[in-house]
Amino acid sequence: MTHNPDSRQEMHPVPEGASATVETTDDVRVTTPDTICGMGHRMKRKEDPRFIQGKGRYVDDIKLPGMLYMDIVRSPYAHAKILSIDASEALATPGVLAVITGKDLQEAGDLHWMPTLMSDTQMVLPIDKVVYYAQEVCAVVATERYIAADAIEKVFVDYEPLDPVVDPFEAMKDEIIVRDDKEEKTNHIWHWEAGDEAATDQVFAEAATVVEESMHIPRIHVASIETCGMVANYDPVMGKMQLYMTTQAPHAIRTVFALVSGLPEQKIQVISPDIGGGFGGKVPVYPGYVVCAVASLVTGKPVKWIEDRSENLQADSFARDYHIKAQMAADADGRITGLRVKTLADNGAADAAANPSKFPAGLYSICTGSYDMKAAHVAVDGVYTNKPPGGVAYRCSFRVTEAVHMIERMADIMAHERGEDPADFRLRNFIGPDQFPYESPTGWEYDSGNYEAALQKAMDMLDYRALRQEQAEKRARGELMGIGISSFTEVVGAGPSRDFDILGIKMFDSAEIRIHPTGKAIARFGTKSQGQGHETTYAQIIAEELGIPAADIEVEEGDTDTAPYGLGTYASRSTPTAGAAGAMAARKIKAKARKIAAYLLEVGEDDLEWETDRWQVKGSPDQHKTIQEISFAAYTNHPQGMEAGLEATDYYDPPNLTFPFGSYICVVDIDKGTGEVHVRRFVAVDDCGHIINPMVVEGQIEGGLTQGLAPALYEEIVYDEYGQNLTGTLADYLVPTAVESPKWELGKTITPSPHHPLGAKGVGESPTVGAPPAIANAVVDALWHLGVRHIDIPITPEKVWRVLRNAGVND
Amino acid sequence: MSKHTVTVTVNGQEVTREVDARTLLVHFVREDLDLTGTHIGCDTTNCGACTVHLNGTAVKSCTVFAVQADGGTVETIEGLAAGGELHPLQEGFWEKHGLQCGYCTPGMIMTAKELLANNPSPSEDEIRWGISGNLCRCTGYNKIVEAIQYAAEKLRAQESTEEVVA
Repeated sequence: MTHNPDSRQEMHPVPEGASATVETTDDVRVTTPDTICGMGHRMKRKEDPRFIQGKGRYVDDIKLPGMLYMDIVRSPYAHAKILSIDASEALATPGVLAVITGKDLQEAGDLHWMPTLMSDTQMVLPIDKVVYYAQEVCAVVATERYIAADAIEKVFVDYEPLDPVVDPFEAMKDEIIVRDDKEEKTNHIWHWEAGDEAATDQVFAEAATVVEESMHIPRIHVASIETCGMVANYDPVMGKMQLYMTTQAPHAIRTVFALVSGLPEQKIQVISPDIGGGFGGKVPVYPGYVVCAVASLVTGKPVKWIEDRSENLQADSFARDYHIKAQMAADADGRITGLRVKTLADNGAADAAANPSKFPAGLYSICTGSYDMKAAHVAVDGVYTNKPPGGVAYRCSFRVTEAVHMIERMADIMAHERGEDPADFRLRNFIGPDQFPYESPTGWEYDSGNYEAALQKAMDMLDYRALRQEQAEKRARGELMGIGISSFTEVVGAGPSRDFDILGIKMFDSAEIRIHPTGKAIARFGTKSQGQGHETTYAQIIAEELGIPAADIEVEEGDTDTAPYGLGTYASRSTPTAGAAGAMAARKIKAKARKIAAYLLEVGEDDLEWETDRWQVKGSPDQHKTIQEISFAAYTNHPQGMEAGLEATDYYDPPNLTFPFGSYICVVDIDKGTGEVHVRRFVAVDDCGHIINPMVVEGQIEGGLTQGLAPALYEEIVYDEYGQNLTGTLADYLVPTAVESPKWELGKTITPSPHHPLGAKGVGESPTVGAPPAIANAVVDALWHLGVRHIDIPITPEKVWRVLRNAGVND
Repeated sequence: MSKHTVTVTVNGQEVTREVDARTLLVHFVREDLDLTGTHIGCDTTNCGACTVHLNGTAVKSCTVFAVQADGGTVETIEGLAAGGELHPLQEGFWEKHGLQCGYCTPGMIMTAKELLANNPSPSEDEIRWGISGNLCRCTGYNKIVEAIQYAAEKLRAQESTEEVVA
């Protein structure tokens, strides 16, 4: 599949009210008073009172009368034939009601397979063989949680172990076939390219300097503190299936369930209650969800399934696993001219990545990053291995993290190779602020940016030049100190629907606002917060547009029976899509409010102008109607011939993605004896356009930075040669604590998006995307003089210690 | 499985229930008493989402049996706001944006409560070490540290006011 740049020439119309000019500023825009609390206010979160008092409602908190519990028997092998399943002892246990196997699902209507988000297939429960360690083999349903947990030990599965293929390069040889259910007996899933190969070859042929590096972005796990789970509640009398589910995309899930199960869609209600962290891991449908729903269908009773932590760390929610070989070309003046990238994507046993349909490698082709270059070519091959399906996001917009890590490492390698300061090298090669909108060599149209301003600010914040001097002095004394930069460009907010869909469902998002007679409001959205604070920030958007105090606006999401259809929250898309929909719906209300105000004031609509929370007569502001007065009139005294009420819905299809960016600088000290990397300082300058709530944005950035630190230094899902997961508990998979997490130093610039109705961009994932290469670059910067060019993340003390030993620094 | 009758004072109220010998304290609190503010995030005492106070000490209730609490006192997040007034820690987490998804929050607050009881004026480093048995995936911890500092200050101020009154 080739990504064709020409397909994005025709832009969707840019909405009215979008910024006409794009200038970079430092100050947050605030246009409403504290009493209204529109955009830019540091409003305390409206959702917090329930969370701080233990009144959040997560899936495992749901308790329905007669509820049963499900537990799952999992495979001890990464690759094995199933010879037989003997559940008789389990079924004889008091309290056990059912054991559900793959054959049962097959007989129930071929439910033993399900489609993945990438239109591949994945086993729900196997019949003939298992293809990854910890794979779901069958499920036990019992009256109590503990009985179900006991009973899974009493199901006897006879396996014939097969040799697994764990290494993706081995898998490409097709000596062991993971998916022999497929017609084509190969592990190779797809080949995908972007950019211009011939033009890239040309610039490489003419280059003064070419650098090359291989790197692995290892498999990691989102490890949200809440695992995945469901309460399925099928009502056999009414034929209605209620699914309380840890999902970031309830509406799309409802449609998928309807298509797979054959249940009519109006009889399926997906409710995503409070979610204890998602980060992409709660986008896909995992086998447990499907089996849980079937268990409720079979028993006619509510059934609860909650993963334990080891199941979660061993079976689902995996990200990354890209093996990258990159080359960068530069001319004699140190200008980057081209980039060539080949990548092997280890998908595990199914292509279940959470990507838009047309993008099997996600948005990886954003890999030219913040740099202006003539040509680029990127090729990716997807391959099956005997590992659980991977490719969920880990707080990342569809593979942009892998792309940014690669380009930021390559920029540093090129700078060092040329003997040049990496900051100076970047400042020379940035896409200039006057080059936007910028057409990248791989076909993206960057909406706005000012990369120099962000890097300069970060350098000023920590006095970069002084640190370089300190480093030189320390190096002379034999001390290891490094400074790493990452000047990343993010790409978030999918749609536009022309290019982006999930299983054919276009990637718009939606908002519905209903104003009550007393001027208070309820607003529902197609997205679903997992901690991002939508109940607050969406209220602030509506407050900004209509002048109704944010405190007077109730925000709801996650119930497919009540909320408008949307594609959900992931890939930093909530503000770019649903946030925009909220603004557009508010503007529809404002337009109707104008008609009502004109009627009440007995003037023409054109005689009115909007001011904060009211329509007022131009030149005579004493004559006005506030939004509250207009709301009351909409139900009590509206013009004859006009529909009563004051509400609006908007399905927003963005004209383009938004391209937030930033520059991060990390300072590390390395212990020569142990190889431990200490992050001394970390300055993060982010630019996400206009800010809705600075406090929430800071929270998103700080949290994202720690989730960038984590894979850079600590986290990796490790498999042995048998495909066994060696990191199946939080004692082995090292999520950073408050001790490892540095005191982040934040700065910002504000460069609005020219096409978003509020000038905003997404922000939640920028820090996760931008932080790892800043840390890796700092470590390599400390060691470059010892001949070190690259260390794969996570940069553990052991890896550094070995490097130091090989360099003769320690013994 | 042997059954046992346990009597525990939970958030100031004495309750008596029959439990299995193996019933975990966290399941007792969540499922027998319907106090679902205490969460489960791992099963290996790593994440701290299930932290409650048992006899005045913060414990990870996923690795304590309910029978071990017999005759004792348990305090959970639901017991923190006295008479509808938020505890300074709850206030601090709200003021300083010390939470996002809210899942780790009750455990984090209960751990912080013990920390401040033992050390009313902790340094930033002491706070970081003090909560290092509790994992948060959303916040990056800075704002949690600030929330605890806010509460420490407020608790010290309350303490000195009470001394003046006394």
